[in-house]
Amino acid sequence: MEYYKKRTLSFSNVYVTEGYTVAGPKENDGRYKGFFDFALEDDMFAQNTFERAERKMFEHAIEGAIAKANLDEREVDAVIAGDLLNQIVSASFAAKKNHAGFLGIYNACATFVESLIIGSSMLNNGLEHVVCAAGSHFSTAERQYRYPLELGVLRSPVTQWTATGVGATVLSNRAECTLPRITRATLGRVVDYGVMDTNNMGAAMAPSACDTLVTYFRDTQTQPNDYDVIYTGDLGKLGSDILMDLTDQEGYDVSEKLHDCGASLYWDEQQTYQGGSGAACSALVFNSVLLGRMRRGEYKRILLAGTGALMSPTTSFQGDSIPAITHLVEVCI
Amino acid sequence: MAMNGEITRDNYKAYVFEKMPKSSHWKNMIWAFLIGGTICAIGQGFIFLYSIWFSTQDASVLASATLVFIAAMLTGFGVYDKIGRFAGAGSTIPITGFSNAVVSPALEFRAEGYIYGVGAKMFLVAGPVIVNGVTVSVIIALLTLLFGG
Amino acid sequence: MDMFLMFVKAFVIGGAICLIGQIIINFTHLTNGKILVLFLVIGAVLEAFGWYGKLVKFAGAGASVPISGFGYALVHGAVQAAKQDGVYGALSGGLAACAMGVSIAIVSGYIVAVLFHPHTKKN
Repeated sequence: MEYYKKRTLSFSNVYVTEGYTVAGPKENDGRYKGFFDFALEDDMFAQNTFERAERKMFEHAIEGAIAKANLDEREVDAVIAGDLLNQIVSASFAAKKNHAGFLGIYNACATFVESLIIGSSMLNNGLEHVVCAAGSHFSTAERQYRYPLELGVLRSPVTQWTATGVGATVLSNRAECTLPRITRATLGRVVDYGVMDTNNMGAAMAPSACDTLVTYFRDTQTQPNDYDVIYTGDLGKLGSDILMDLTDQEGYDVSEKLHDCGASLYWDEQQTYQGGSGAACSALVFNSVLLGRMRRGEYKRILLAGTGALMSPTTSFQGDSIPAITHLVEVCI
Repeated sequence: MAMNGEITRDNYKAYVFEKMPKSSHWKNMIWAFLIGGTICAIGQGFIFLYSIWFSTQDASVLASATLVFIAAMLTGFGVYDKIGRFAGAGSTIPITGFSNAVVSPALEFRAEGYIYGVGAKMFLVAGPVIVNGVTVSVIIALLTLLFGG
Repeated sequence: MDMFLMFVKAFVIGGAICLIGQIIINFTHLTNGKILVLFLVIGAVLEAFGWYGKLVKFAGAGASVPISGFGYALVHGAVQAAKQDGVYGALSGGLAACAMGVSIAIVSGYIVAVLFHPHTKKN
């Protein structure tokens, strides 16, 4: 596999000050029940449409993260956020409430890690505090990417379940060294192995995850065993299995370390088949579970690889295969 | 590893296919048969009922219409999609599935208003059925005229 | 007894048509819209040769309720009308035969959209 050294960046003084999560009801019934800062009882969030609910979740998560970090809203220099809806309306509309500069970004379900990378770069260029956020909502994504909610369909066993939730992270460049730091990142590139089945996104994304992970290990001269855990975004169970085969082939055995945010989000009884998907997966799991474990010292050094499938219903109907991207950050404490 | 030899871009699809969990085929098929059969049997019941007052032809049309209406209501109450979760083709192929395909987008897109939401999106899923059905029927009828059927 | 036999025929034939559909879905992963159109066209083409009508006579609702019965009704209506009124009938007969089903679907779609909200799914 060819690789380019310039895809891996390193950062200094990028501290993960706080994380805040808003999770949907099904997510809060899942494996990470109780880890989230705020759990919705109803995914309408007292709004009259699901789109407005998703927007309110973004507003709530961004405000919550800023407050939890003991910052004033005006101290935040930039908000970098994205979601899965067309024209990333949830994040952009939510940003109407902020005074900070706003960058709306989209890399499908890799959006959260993309926002961390952009945020870290900006902190290295003089900004003091940035908020990075990403999220998704089952009911808005379902309508845009698949079917109306009330249509009776038999779901394929390779499908995943779009997670409902928003995670926001405050990154700062002046903080105590006791906080987790984002130290390195590898930019993903778009990889397309010709998978056509839009149900099977794990298989579409696994080659890109392999490309980014292997590039990172080679660029940094590290091995999977140097890390406590390696979390991928939303490959699902099948996608994770495929990733292990692919990295194995490149000479890196990640099987002991690999976890998937999406696959671990739900219990099997919740019938999501391959697990969760959506931009919410990595944003929820990183800001609640992973950040908590790092602060308690359970993990010292982790990798978070956000995986995204970049298709739209239009490209799928026109017969194009599914391109995918994976961005990766290293977080140390 | 499921496959012997290297996984490459070229053999990736075959590798994924081998690795995929297979649907519980038998379970799906039994449910499709049972639910599909039950819906048709209920339709037969309505045909018998309407035959009391109408001709067989009209009774059949009315029975289908009744099923369409019932399925529309079940869709509104959020029941039909739950049947579809296990019945698959058993709930898709009967005329009730057509009704579900008309009603569910109407309901979903109501938030965009009655003109551009309900009106424009109602046939999002079922439109192809009407379009193809009418086209095919006209072609067949014209061919019948030409060749004297 | 005749009535009971008719129920059994409707159940078995209707179930069998759905079973064939499920087998196709299982092996080809066709989406909902494609399955509906496929069966509609199958019913329509079979009726072009007059075969589907025989199945309807035999199995009643078992053949008329599946979407293939909708294709049958369209073609049956169009061909019957064409025989009477020529091209005019060929163009009007199909939809006329199915007008009731389509109208009911549209009107109840409208009513449901006014009365209900979409429910989010639990699983």
